[in-house]
Amino acid sequence: MALTAGLSGPKSVSLPRSPGSTARRREIALAGLASAAWLACGLIVLRWPDLGDWGRGPEFAYASAALAAALALSGGAQVFRLGAPARFRRATPWLLVLGLVISAWEATSAKLGWLPQPFFPPPHAILEVFTDDWAKLGESVVASLKLELLGFALGAGCGFFIGVALGRSRAFGYWVHPILRVIGPLPAIAWLPIAFFAFPSSWSASIFLIALTTGFPVAVLTWSDVASVNPAFYDIARTLGASRAFLVFKVAIPAALPQVFVGLFMGLGASFAVLVTAGLGFYLQWAQGWAAYANMYAALIVMSLMCTGLVTLLFKLRDRALSYQKGDLKW
Amino acid sequence: MVTAAIKATETTPRGCELSISRLSHRFALEGAPLDVLRNIDIDVAPGEFVAFLGASGCGKSTLLRLVAGLESPSEGEILCDGEAVSGPDPRRIIVLQDPTLYPWRKVYGNVSLGLEARGVLKQQRGRVGETLRLVGLSDFANAYPHQLSGGMAQRVSLARALVNDPELLILDEPLGKLDSLTRLTMQGEIVNLWRNAGFTTLLVTHDVEEALLMGTRIIVLTERPAGIKADIRVDKPYPRHRGDPDLVAKRQEILRLLGFEEAL
Repeated sequence: MALTAGLSGPKSVSLPRSPGSTARRREIALAGLASAAWLACGLIVLRWPDLGDWGRGPEFAYASAALAAALALSGGAQVFRLGAPARFRRATPWLLVLGLVISAWEATSAKLGWLPQPFFPPPHAILEVFTDDWAKLGESVVASLKLELLGFALGAGCGFFIGVALGRSRAFGYWVHPILRVIGPLPAIAWLPIAFFAFPSSWSASIFLIALTTGFPVAVLTWSDVASVNPAFYDIARTLGASRAFLVFKVAIPAALPQVFVGLFMGLGASFAVLVTAGLGFYLQWAQGWAAYANMYAALIVMSLMCTGLVTLLFKLRDRALSYQKGDLKW
Repeated sequence: MVTAAIKATETTPRGCELSISRLSHRFALEGAPLDVLRNIDIDVAPGEFVAFLGASGCGKSTLLRLVAGLESPSEGEILCDGEAVSGPDPRRIIVLQDPTLYPWRKVYGNVSLGLEARGVLKQQRGRVGETLRLVGLSDFANAYPHQLSGGMAQRVSLARALVNDPELLILDEPLGKLDSLTRLTMQGEIVNLWRNAGFTTLLVTHDVEEALLMGTRIIVLTERPAGIKADIRVDKPYPRHRGDPDLVAKRQEILRLLGFEEAL
């Protein structure tokens, strides 16, 4: 006891802080820097006059200042060893980088005019689109979501049915397989002219195109997996007294489900391309046509949020459906 | 006494009587037919435990698949209690070397598969837990197959068969992939399950000792096309001991039949 006390006593005095505390100091410094970056961003926007005519500068500045205050609060909370929300703390490095980038963007676009206009509007001009044109933007988003969800559901349903039928029925395969091979790989955009005169409205044509792009990968992957289900799975079920329907619904489909989700992901990704021609796509094209680049950027941001949201949703769904697997792929 | 005897016969489901006559089978292999089984005649009494031994690839598994009704024989017929086997039937259940559990179902769901397929799960739900207890896996009802060891997975596969009260249990090298200690344990367990339930059992194995420890009868098959080379009765009480001089003598006889003189 005495010996260990003698050894550790003086040492513990000269020891630097525990590794946990250096990490804490780094976090505090990061929060301070990020706060400073956003404060600078706000000041640049508010105090440095714009070269052009863009709205919502003050609002953008105040929002930046609010973010700076939140970051300062988070850093301060850590100085006094109070907790700050973990997500916010984890995002601090990103917030620092974003603060610097946006400050630089503001300075070089609206203030110094180094970035060619109107192609690179300042961030507060994009904010202006969200605050002043949200009705039209929102309408486009809703229209896009409707198209996407309807088309995707239709395509996924048909693709899944075709895949299962191809995998289980030889007669169905004889007729459908060649059609699938010829039509499937064709990019959906190639159908555009036909779709627009074959369907009564551009709305139904878009749904058809989204369904087509979704359906093909779902059908192919479902089919290949249903066809390659371990034959012993069927043997076991048959000796246990399984009917044909049981073999399809309780053996083939659950066995093929992991690949079905791969098909769904591919289909979803491909179907976003069709959206460029409809819904938000109209807004994008309209903005481009009028050289309203701020609107175009705003639409791009919304579109990417929507797409990533849908992919996230599908991942959540997959994790739930395939909870028996050890989840390894993370979005 | 009499009532007790009647009760005993009622509660232990009787195994089926199996009669295989003039059974031949061939595969069409790239045009040329490949004879797998030739002219096989076997009669199995209810409740017998028949072990099949033979060189690998001789057609043992094919014989079992035909008995299970998973394939139709080229010639001859298989009768189960006098009724011709024309397709798979839950009274005759096969257990494979690979447990082939459904990975998307928990242990409970895998065991209840047969009851579900026949639409009697609601009435016989209790059977699932009972059977899991029988194979010692009550605590693993909610585990997924990938969480089980090889021996446990094979026990689940046994439970999946037994829950249906089969009259004929067809075991196609069920212990082939297990380590030797698990094998020894499970040989004893299967024999106990069979003695308690009384179903007729067919076992294909590569292990002469396993056949001798488990079977009441051993059928040695010839090389492909498989025919019957020898039919040996093993009238020894259970549990059997591998050192038993009688079994040792039979082991040597069988090894000689299989062409392993120099191994003796």
